Amino acid sequence: MSHILLRHREIPDINNLNVYTKNGGFAAFKNAVTKMKPNEVTDVVKNSGLRGRGGAGFPTGMKWSFIDNKNWPHYVVANADESEPGTFKDREIMEGNPFQFLEGLALASYAVGANVAYVYLRGEFWELGAVLDQKIVEMEEAGYLGDKLFGTDYSLRIYNHLGAGAYICGEETALLESLEGKRGQPRVRPPFPPAVGLYGKPTIINNVETFANVPMILANGAEWYKSIGTSDSAGVKIFSLSGRVRKPGNYELPFGTTFRDLIYKHGGGVQDSRTVKAIMPAGASSSLIPVDDKVLDTPMDYATVRTLGADLGSASIIVIDDTVSMKWLINKTVHFFKHESCGKCTPCREGTYWMSHLTEDLQHNGSTGDVDLLLNVAKQMQGKCLCALGEFATMAVVTGIERFRKDFDNEVRA
Amino acid sequence: MLLKKYPKEVQQILSKYPPEGKRSAVMPLLFLAQREEGYVNKAAMQDIAKILDITETDVASIVRFYTLYHDKKAGKYHMQVCTDLPCALRGAEEFLDALCDNLGIEVGETTSDRFLTLEAVTCLAACDKAPMFQTQGPDGIKYHENMNVDKTMGLISVLKKSVT
Ligand SMILES: Cc1cc2nc3c(=O)[nH]c(=O)nc-3n(C[C@H](O)[C@H](O)[C@H](O)COP(=O)(O)O)c2cc1C
Ligand code: SF4
Ligand code: FES
Repeated sequence: MSHILLRHREIPDINNLNVYTKNGGFAAFKNAVTKMKPNEVTDVVKNSGLRGRGGAGFPTGMKWSFIDNKNWPHYVVANADESEPGTFKDREIMEGNPFQFLEGLALASYAVGANVAYVYLRGEFWELGAVLDQKIVEMEEAGYLGDKLFGTDYSLRIYNHLGAGAYICGEETALLESLEGKRGQPRVRPPFPPAVGLYGKPTIINNVETFANVPMILANGAEWYKSIGTSDSAGVKIFSLSGRVRKPGNYELPFGTTFRDLIYKHGGGVQDSRTVKAIMPAGASSSLIPVDDKVLDTPMDYATVRTLGADLGSASIIVIDDTVSMKWLINKTVHFFKHESCGKCTPCREGTYWMSHLTEDLQHNGSTGDVDLLLNVAKQMQGKCLCALGEFATMAVVTGIERFRKDFDNEVRA
Repeated sequence: MLLKKYPKEVQQILSKYPPEGKRSAVMPLLFLAQREEGYVNKAAMQDIAKILDITETDVASIVRFYTLYHDKKAGKYHMQVCTDLPCALRGAEEFLDALCDNLGIEVGETTSDRFLTLEAVTCLAACDKAPMFQTQGPDGIKYHENMNVDKTMGLISVLKKSVT
């Protein structure tokens, strides 16, 4: 099957405006603005079954329909912060097929009546930011952005905004704080951004990959999109495959593809022909899934992966083989979250600090008592943090110890 | 200073945000201020505070919160090697160790010629191309992927020639 999102794999110069339009680009946007009511665009997206690709899998059309129409202006923000360890799909979309992403952002803006949209790019994507600036100028010159588009009353501008290195800014309310020029610390929710978002105004935030789907859905129809994937999770997903595989990379596949097909058919199998010991399906925030044949044959969609005791999240599949030490692994994830905790709430700030001391000790001379203590600290954090980062920080620790206890007992003092 | 030196850039940055959201310009202005010296000095923070009607403390707290801003002079280039889990599963830690040996410095240190500060950082969204690092310097932030020590030492000499 040819790609729906990573179309530059078949059409390498689709990042050129003329090539993009020759391949149907901006037809959906023009059609929407000139022939459809905004809520009709939202309805198509709703009927397509598209769910957000940033991690939570929230139905996209439903989110758009929550926009508060009593409070104006409205904003749309693209979450291009992409910082979850193991995730590198948004970058490929924006580099390879930037106009499809921008057209999706424009369609979303039209659907919710926003005249200004921002792309919040992680600061490390500095070079990409300059490229996107250029693409936006080209769209303005071609009449796809600016005032009174296609002779209607609808106007739209898109601006890039660079972050400056902080994983927490991928959390949508921390992102808004950061975009407002403050430290990126999450807000208490509710209210949610579709009611109170950027500058206190109703705001829709979606992931880059979510937006990239939208032009294809508008062009080909909700039924077409729903016919791909599974009944729980419609369409295609870009799986970022990393870790101990022969061919790491992005693979755009229908939901429902099995772990086995992803790792062996597409990813070329495990390095040095070792066996898969564990899978982290949602990057460093994942639970660890102990792997056997049944797990490998599990189709990947949001609901089915949950039956394995893990979330599919952003589908950043990290493959762990039997050479990897579990105590080393959780030390890695804990240090990441300790470094990235924004410090706003005590359980997360202190919890990640203590966990990092314990996981560090385990590398050298920890005992099984320390393993118990670590598990205890992690469990104490759960359910007490202001945002999901605090929860994420505990996932690999708790599931690592509970599901691979023997490994720990073998590697530390009694 | 910043206004005088880069009037066009400052105006362009301010034009991206609505009047009530003027403060949003703080991050792009900090990148602008950092462009030449590689760090944000006190004068620049005062400048930015004045342009945006916020306090200097506000600006300083932003500088401290985000890892891509620096408030001290370091090497001309920051070389930031990703050693997060996915990269570490593909040899990033061994790569960084070997790099340290070659450069004769530890992680976090600056070479004696003040050219390079070596750092270990978290995921840069290039996990399939480990070992990898970014350079942050006068020419902005750039990615260097599928690296090894030889290629890296080669890159460093090219960079050195380009700035002298
Ligand atoms: C700590 C943390 C980090 C996150 N990082 C990202 C990110 O880098 N990119 C992203 O799109 N969503 C990220 N999210 C999810 C966002 O909060 C939000 O749910 C998402 O952008 C919504 O878009 P979607 O509905 O299209 O998925 C993160 C969430 C948390 C709690
Ligand atoms: S849980 Fe952690 S990252 Fe989230 S608000 Fe609290 S301290 Fe910040
Ligand atoms: S873990 Fe190194 S780039 Fe993602």
